[in-house]
Amino acid sequence: MSMVATPKDTYLAGFAALERAGTAAPAWLHRIRRSAIDRFAEIGFPTVRLEDWKYTNVAAIAAIAFPPVLAEAPAGPGAEALEPFAFATPGPRLVFVNGRYSAKLSSPASPPSGVRVTSLAEALVTDAAAVERHLARHGDWARNGFTALSAAFAQDGAFVHLAPGTRVEEPIHLLFVAAVPAAPVLSQPRNLVVAERESRATIVEHYVAVGDDTYLTNAVTEVVAGEGAIVEHYRVQQESRRGFHVGTTEVRQARDSRFTSGSVSLGGRLARHDLNVRFDAEGASCELDGLYVVGDRQHVDNHTLIDHARPRCTSRQLYKGVLDGASRAVFNGRVIVRPDAQRTDAHQTNKNLLLSESAEVDTKPQLEIFADDVKCTHGAAVGRLGEDAVFYLRSRGLGETAARTLLTYGFVSDVLARIAVEPLRARLDALLMARLRDARAKETR
Amino acid sequence: MSTTAKTVEALVNREYEYGFVTDIEADQVPPGLDEDVVRLISAKKREPEFMLEWRLRAFRHWLKMGLAAGEPKWANVTYAPIDYQSIVYYSAPKQTAAPGRLDEVDPKLLETFEKLGIPLSEQKRLTGVAVDAVFDSVSVATTFKEKLAELGIVFCSFSEAVQNHPDLVEKYLGSVVPYTDNFFATLNSAVFSDGSFCYVPKGVRCPMELSTYFRINTAGSGQFERTLIVADEGSYVSYLEGCTAPRRDENQLHAAVVELVALEGAQIRYSTVQNWYAGDREGRGGIYNFVTKRGKCAGRGAKISWTQVETGSAITWKYPSVILQGDDSVGEFYSVALVNNHQQADTGTKMIHIGKNTRSTIISKGISAGHGNQTYRGLVKVRPRASSARNRTQCDSLLLGDRCGAHTVPYIEVANATASVEHEASTAKISEEQLFYCKQRGLSSENAVSMIVNGFCKEVFKNLPMEFAVEASKLLGVSLEGGVG
Repeated sequence: MSMVATPKDTYLAGFAALERAGTAAPAWLHRIRRSAIDRFAEIGFPTVRLEDWKYTNVAAIAAIAFPPVLAEAPAGPGAEALEPFAFATPGPRLVFVNGRYSAKLSSPASPPSGVRVTSLAEALVTDAAAVERHLARHGDWARNGFTALSAAFAQDGAFVHLAPGTRVEEPIHLLFVAAVPAAPVLSQPRNLVVAERESRATIVEHYVAVGDDTYLTNAVTEVVAGEGAIVEHYRVQQESRRGFHVGTTEVRQARDSRFTSGSVSLGGRLARHDLNVRFDAEGASCELDGLYVVGDRQHVDNHTLIDHARPRCTSRQLYKGVLDGASRAVFNGRVIVRPDAQRTDAHQTNKNLLLSESAEVDTKPQLEIFADDVKCTHGAAVGRLGEDAVFYLRSRGLGETAARTLLTYGFVSDVLARIAVEPLRARLDALLMARLRDARAKETR
Repeated sequence: MSTTAKTVEALVNREYEYGFVTDIEADQVPPGLDEDVVRLISAKKREPEFMLEWRLRAFRHWLKMGLAAGEPKWANVTYAPIDYQSIVYYSAPKQTAAPGRLDEVDPKLLETFEKLGIPLSEQKRLTGVAVDAVFDSVSVATTFKEKLAELGIVFCSFSEAVQNHPDLVEKYLGSVVPYTDNFFATLNSAVFSDGSFCYVPKGVRCPMELSTYFRINTAGSGQFERTLIVADEGSYVSYLEGCTAPRRDENQLHAAVVELVALEGAQIRYSTVQNWYAGDREGRGGIYNFVTKRGKCAGRGAKISWTQVETGSAITWKYPSVILQGDDSVGEFYSVALVNNHQQADTGTKMIHIGKNTRSTIISKGISAGHGNQTYRGLVKVRPRASSARNRTQCDSLLLGDRCGAHTVPYIEVANATASVEHEASTAKISEEQLFYCKQRGLSSENAVSMIVNGFCKEVFKNLPMEFAVEASKLLGVSLEGGVG
């Protein structure tokens, strides 16, 4: 019997190559990697038969072999190619090309003492203890093929460590660039953010592409918020129109910690983000905002899971989407209130605006409640622009295109307004306005 | 613990008042299921060839399903595996072949229904409700048949319909719930023994409420009834369904199928008050209520409305749905589900919008107490051609006690931009302030809780026919009331 190389073999072969290279991984990490690749070999990529993947078919991903990137790209993009994505803030900036740290393009600045902002590859050497305590320890990497694959190749990504009581005023910008020279590649940044007691920072994870290529980004970020810590986390996905993006963010919150998330998904042919938050102690709170604006044949999937495992925690979610062309959006928001998690306050809203006849939305806001003294609500809505509102603007002298663009912009503006990083908001604001205008202009032509 | 908690205790401990057993000789087949049993059931009913073939196709498909995935596992309920070979698939009170007239019915049966508050003798009926009474596997009596026949309305047991109106049965049976639909519906298709059949001809408005009363009596038996209601163009019918079963320590399976067909401009209202035996306080015994109910608005402007009050059963697995195929058709779902002790309910609805300008409304109220767990699971699907479809969904849960659970799993799939879909859900408990306010006005805590719970369900109850609404409201009091601490 002849052996036909399947895409799966590419990953297994990639793992063997990683093993051979023997990049001095500590024994504990080696053990995790081994069991993770075994897990991946066993389950492969998820299928639509799994409830969590019911609306997102990743067969297109599974059909292509994306060789894992094991070493730093020899010739990355020039600094000028990244100019459009840079912020005019003096904060630290780490740049990763195809998931590997690029010292040349990064400007880590000099963070305040007690704060570490570096690559995971380096941290494995310099901050071994902290990495060992947290890396791949939060969330279940065996959950699906993507998380298993990420754990199997865990070697590089961003590492942010905030000592107790430290603060970083400027946003920490983590820029992940897909730069694909020829064949499709698999880049798997693995990020770890540890905010110790009473510390505070703002982190922007930013996924971009130079060029318009096919590749797969499979990113996993773990965020550990200690007692009273405040972490503001933004995740902006602007992959290429032919790129695939799968991401998982695992958040663990200690007593009285605060976590805010702004997840903006604009690019990619297929993009999926799982955001899982667990409250491990009382008094913690999180606010999750999401925005997705898609068109053509794009597919975007947002899954959130908030686990109210302890009493007296608060969660609030607002996810909004604008769909054009034959795009499809999926939202699955799951809130679990465990027995004894009394005084839970959980609210969730998902709203979708359909701009075209052939767009489709599948939304599933889910509540699982096992405690009685709780306040939980969720709401979901799908609709189009109100004709009355369009008429009102037109009667005030606005053209059809301008009126519709303005109303669509109005729909997303409340989510945008919640982005506290000024340069990021301004950039997204301009980007969205232009995109909506273009889409409408195209329609009226 | 507050006094309210004690009130709950007292109310929860009330006995299930329909738990008696009627001692009546039964004609039953031995437990177990194979092709011969299917053939035997069909033969006992003297069914035409097409029925037997349909049953056998269903049975063979069911075997395949059993080998593949078996029972559906996605619902949020847990139970010990069901041994399908230990169930009695056919059990009928032994008596005459087909009781044509009421005075031929075994007086013991009449007594049973009398005790359940369902008098079958027409002289006693003041309310003008025609009843089809189903005891274990067969229909024992149908009232007001002649009066309805004058209008051309067919209302009889399924077995009679198969004999007297085979053309209608053949045309509509399985047209909404095909025999391949799901594990339990397929099982039902193979072994269903009786049920109600109703056909309302063109333009006729059925002058009285039609009703079926289901009673499981024999131990170890399963009840597999099938109801088919066809409302021809421009007609109207309102249908009620009630159910009880004796108390037993083992679980009994009830896997029914209800199919509704509403043609152009027709309207069907289907109301259920489900009060199967729910098991004791430790969760022993009770009915597994695994039911497939679905209606099809086949023509323009048709309307189907489901109203259900689910208070009984150890486990409820039920999703009365509407396929909105005709343009301008309307689907409604009003539900109150209550779980107490160790009851589990996974219930909700599906609204499938296919036609243009179709509208649907879903109001679901869930009340959980004791160790009860319930899930609202719903699907609103707008197909690409269903322009200007509208849906509004509201599901609220009330938690009484800190050991119960309430879950909401709505699926919303929209593939048409002109559609407008809204879903809202909330979960809360009765606050001390609300109770205090009522008690301050002189209400006992028992009455206060009862009043608040009834107020919570009012939106649903107002859609029930008058006498059902009264019964439902009383039932709610019996099954639970209270909670809150």
